[in-house]
Amino acid sequence: MTPVPHRVVGRRDETDDVVTLLLSPTVGGDLRSRSGQFNMLTAFGVGEAAISVSSAPYDDGPLQHTVRDVGPVTHALCLARIGEVVGVRGPFGTDWGVASPQGSGEPVDHELSTDASGPEGDVVVVAGGIGLAPLRGAVYELMARHSRTGGRVFVIVGARDPSQIIFGNDLDVWASEGALVEVTVDVSTSGWTGHVGLVTSLLNNAGFDPVGATALVCGPEIMMRFTARSLIDSGVDPRRIKVSLERNMQCGVAWCGHCQLGPFLLCRDGPILPYAGLVAHLLTERER
Amino acid sequence: MTKTLAEVVSAHPLLAGLPGQTVATIAGCAQNVSFNPGDLLLAESDPANTLYLLRRGRVAIEVHSPGRGPIVIETVDPGAVVGWSWLVPPYRWHFDARAVGAVGAVAVDGACLREKAEADPELGYALMKRMAGVLLERLQMTRLRLLDLYGTNSAR
Repeated sequence: MTPVPHRVVGRRDETDDVVTLLLSPTVGGDLRSRSGQFNMLTAFGVGEAAISVSSAPYDDGPLQHTVRDVGPVTHALCLARIGEVVGVRGPFGTDWGVASPQGSGEPVDHELSTDASGPEGDVVVVAGGIGLAPLRGAVYELMARHSRTGGRVFVIVGARDPSQIIFGNDLDVWASEGALVEVTVDVSTSGWTGHVGLVTSLLNNAGFDPVGATALVCGPEIMMRFTARSLIDSGVDPRRIKVSLERNMQCGVAWCGHCQLGPFLLCRDGPILPYAGLVAHLLTERER
Repeated sequence: MTKTLAEVVSAHPLLAGLPGQTVATIAGCAQNVSFNPGDLLLAESDPANTLYLLRRGRVAIEVHSPGRGPIVIETVDPGAVVGWSWLVPPYRWHFDARAVGAVGAVAVDGACLREKAEADPELGYALMKRMAGVLLERLQMTRLRLLDLYGTNSAR
């Protein structure tokens, strides 16, 4: 439960309010995580916030977290300069269930992961806004699998406007390595020649085979609901759709109960859960 | 093998599954068309008289703003429909639609289609149900975009 001090060894401004921090522990080894898991990041003197890991598990470089400036803690994290120290506690929660090229070394316990090589069939990754951050590591793992087995990877990204597209270099890399990458924006700006419209509008023409496809979806909850429904309408098995859920994560170890959603404590049982069944129901249940 | 116009029409998602005779009736109002990048398929305030069934390429739905030029409201891809103002009075386009790249489409004459739909309520109802589905989908997407899902209040 004690944060491990990490030094900021690099930072990238992804957009005007999104920053990726590159972190190395000041003492001890790296905290190894699986794609989709999160850490609690401490801005000392301000507080803690749950932030997904955005680096790939097999990446030997610094731990990467991509943070959007939406409150006091994330504001302080976004302002962290190279050389400053932040706290890292984790990793916590479930993962996307895609294995690294070397194998994660951890059990892949998702019911839909058939073996250590990850999901079979096409994989459709749908991200909205900064929701691409928890998926970035998973896509790198999927691309490594693609290079070995040829499994198809579709990356479909929605953003508010072109200036809010994060990981543009990664999108180019994935496309150059054979992924089908499509990006759409809600609001067009001068010079933008890509798609304009909701992320779900790209699903029909994406070209994936819904039979046996696995979908990984992360973004605002409303976007995830509508995306999941569109995927189901296009023939994807709801049990093969995974979503990343977020509530008020605080302790990270299912003690405090702040992140409860129905029977789930999302810091332990989530953030990654299959959409089918109870989750689909819970996402439409009104708060009381 | 070259497809007949009726085969092309029946393969479009808007009209897929319609009886052969209905498709043949619609195809009787249709022709294949193509556009170069930058061409306008339809222009704001012009008479609306065509239903485009997109087959190839992307089309941007735009509105012109003085000082800003064209603002793209939405883009649509193959399998989609461009133009529905031919369906209801005053039959006038509300926006521009511009070919982003090379575009291939089936252009269905709106007046011809309305006339046949009036004469054949079964065709008319089938067409209206399918067009209503397109309109509903576009309306729902527009509503969701109005929410500004990825706006400044979203941590995601």
